[in-house]
Amino acid sequence: MTEFLQQLLNGLSLGAVYALIALGYTMVYGVLRFINFAHSDVFMVGAFIGYYAGRLVPEGTIWGGIAVLLTAMVGCSLLGMRIEKTAYRPLREPIEFNLVTILAALIGGGAAFYLTRDVFPSDYAIALRIISCWAAAEAASWLARRTGLKIVLQRTRGGAPTLNVLITAIGVSLLLEYSGQLIFGAAPRTFPAIFPSLNFHVGGLTISTNQLCVIGVAAFLLVVLQFIVFRTRIGTAMRAVSMNPKAAALMGVNNDVVIAFTFALGSALAGAGGILYAVNYPSIDPLMGVMPGLKAFVAAILGGIGNIPGAALGGLLLGTVETFVAGSEWSTYKDAIAFAILIVILLFRPAGLLGRFTIEKV
Amino acid sequence: MKFLRPLAALLFSALVGLTAQAATPIKIGEYGSLTGKEASFGQSSHKGIVLAFEELNAAGGALGSPLQLVTEDNQTKPGESATVAKKLITRDKVVALLGEVASGRSLEAAPVAQKARVPMVAPAATNPKVTQTGNYVFRVCFIDPFQGTVMAKFAKEDLKVTKVAVLSSVSNAYSVGLAKFFRETFTAGGGEIVAEKNFSEGDKDFRAQLTAVKASGAEAVFVPSYYTEAALIVRQARELGINVPFFGGDGWEAPQLLQIGGDALEGCYYSTHFSPENQDPTVQQFVAKFKERWNGETPDAFAALGYDAAYVLVDAIKRAGSTEGPKLRAALAETKDFAGVTGVTTIDKNRDASKPAAILAIKGGKLTFLKTVAP
Repeated sequence: MTEFLQQLLNGLSLGAVYALIALGYTMVYGVLRFINFAHSDVFMVGAFIGYYAGRLVPEGTIWGGIAVLLTAMVGCSLLGMRIEKTAYRPLREPIEFNLVTILAALIGGGAAFYLTRDVFPSDYAIALRIISCWAAAEAASWLARRTGLKIVLQRTRGGAPTLNVLITAIGVSLLLEYSGQLIFGAAPRTFPAIFPSLNFHVGGLTISTNQLCVIGVAAFLLVVLQFIVFRTRIGTAMRAVSMNPKAAALMGVNNDVVIAFTFALGSALAGAGGILYAVNYPSIDPLMGVMPGLKAFVAAILGGIGNIPGAALGGLLLGTVETFVAGSEWSTYKDAIAFAILIVILLFRPAGLLGRFTIEKV
Repeated sequence: MKFLRPLAALLFSALVGLTAQAATPIKIGEYGSLTGKEASFGQSSHKGIVLAFEELNAAGGALGSPLQLVTEDNQTKPGESATVAKKLITRDKVVALLGEVASGRSLEAAPVAQKARVPMVAPAATNPKVTQTGNYVFRVCFIDPFQGTVMAKFAKEDLKVTKVAVLSSVSNAYSVGLAKFFRETFTAGGGEIVAEKNFSEGDKDFRAQLTAVKASGAEAVFVPSYYTEAALIVRQARELGINVPFFGGDGWEAPQLLQIGGDALEGCYYSTHFSPENQDPTVQQFVAKFKERWNGETPDAFAALGYDAAYVLVDAIKRAGSTEGPKLRAALAETKDFAGVTGVTTIDKNRDASKPAAILAIKGGKLTFLKTVAP
């Protein structure tokens, strides 16, 4: 019995991380009807932000941990918005490629890259240089836009099929993974212990504060997300865009703002997931997002993609099943059994556990 | 500046003349996990090999030619070793291959070397299957049946335990093999394996398996895996309140083990090929040279084995008097009593070496040499 409860707790804490990542997948899908495959790499970037920020705060304090968590969430949401604006938006809607702003961004970023070559102390050099180059590029292109000068290289027509956006997302994902390997190196790094870590024993159960922290933060963020989506103006707008983007635009909803917000929110959750994952499994590398990302994607499908409580349910279910199989005689077939269960569930509920069928009008 | 042009022409012709005079270098290929999950393995063996090549070249190379090392990185990725081995053989035309530390990746490259009749010397691949690939594949380290026996005896006689749990990686040839040999010797000696759990490469959550291990009442846990997993396993075990000793094989050998594992590893043990604390003068001389070459870094077992592998290979080239595959192969097979930093290398009929194992203990956040077990 104790073993069962212990495994259940292990499974829930693993599932909570899957759930956090799955929320990001499901939210973007809900609004844009496409899978943002770069999501799992934003998760990785979140862990790396935590790695650098974590050494600026004293180890093992609650406020320090929360500060790192918030930094990673903010950093990831900025990254998510940038990815959306650069890679996905030009496919979706007509856009002008303005040589002036592009050149300004390149010059700004390049200048920062050159000027910071030996400004920063060695260990932080990479992180700070990336941030300063990014900031300089953004600032330069903003200034260039203010001048009003325009040399239009090309106008895109937008309206690309969803599949094309999907392939772009895979491209962004690979870009992040391999530039991560280039910048941070491929060797695993040790993640600092940012949260106070305690183990207490209840009966025969061993509960670590890290596990509780993961479950707690995941539950809290799920509630916040439900609140945002169903109780706020921006949430209403998100649901409107999800239902019919054209009609929403006609009703005065600014689709771009809503979509950027969705990406910011989803990426912030990925950042939080990255920190919580790294706190529990303190060895991080640029490819760390691949496996959890895949599992979270599966969890989102399992729960019914586009459905927020469904993603959470799917994540918890997948984590628990995986844990129970891993602790049993058949630990060798851990992933095989977990995915077989997924196939069986989808056979009986093709739209996922909480998903609903929508009739496509052609 | 017109006078510069004839000067440059003169310099150029002099250079051409020089290179034409100097013998073409002997190219030796090295493949290893220089980056990726097990980067520490590749980096260590690479540093050892580079040091050996620099010394050999300073002493005049071999057969009147300098030695040239061509290194390829397999990024710790499955499938990559065969590709880079092919590239080294067909494009760079290397006369022999050095690699790898991991058995799984050595097994990928071995058939390529065998087919091309290019001798391959694995510094630290301990799985017996590696050299069974064919008669062109050699190694300069002990094999897992020996390592499994050493650790089984260690569990029984030094740790004085009879109930042991085994936690191994299913997607790793080294881990599966070592677990098997440990199990065979340990149960034959009257011990009991109370739990046997598996995981896959790249897993980071082991709480499920560890909870089952805890319930099994094991007195010690054998983890024949690589350092990345081993460190996380021990850490999570301590969080779950498992306070028995953990022990493993040479896959634990990496500075990252202690970085990731931290205090959790206190009182754990592993067997390896070499200890820099060994007071043997050859070892101490090597440690000093290595530190001088690589900014004060202390060599680990894979650096020492890489160093020895390079020396054994070049020794064979000298004895063969040729770099042709068949002749070099024959010379390698005849390697006898070659004194290196990891002990005396004699290649047996299975193309393996038989060498002593060192058992290290982790105490006070440091590796301490416990004892040497002779074969």
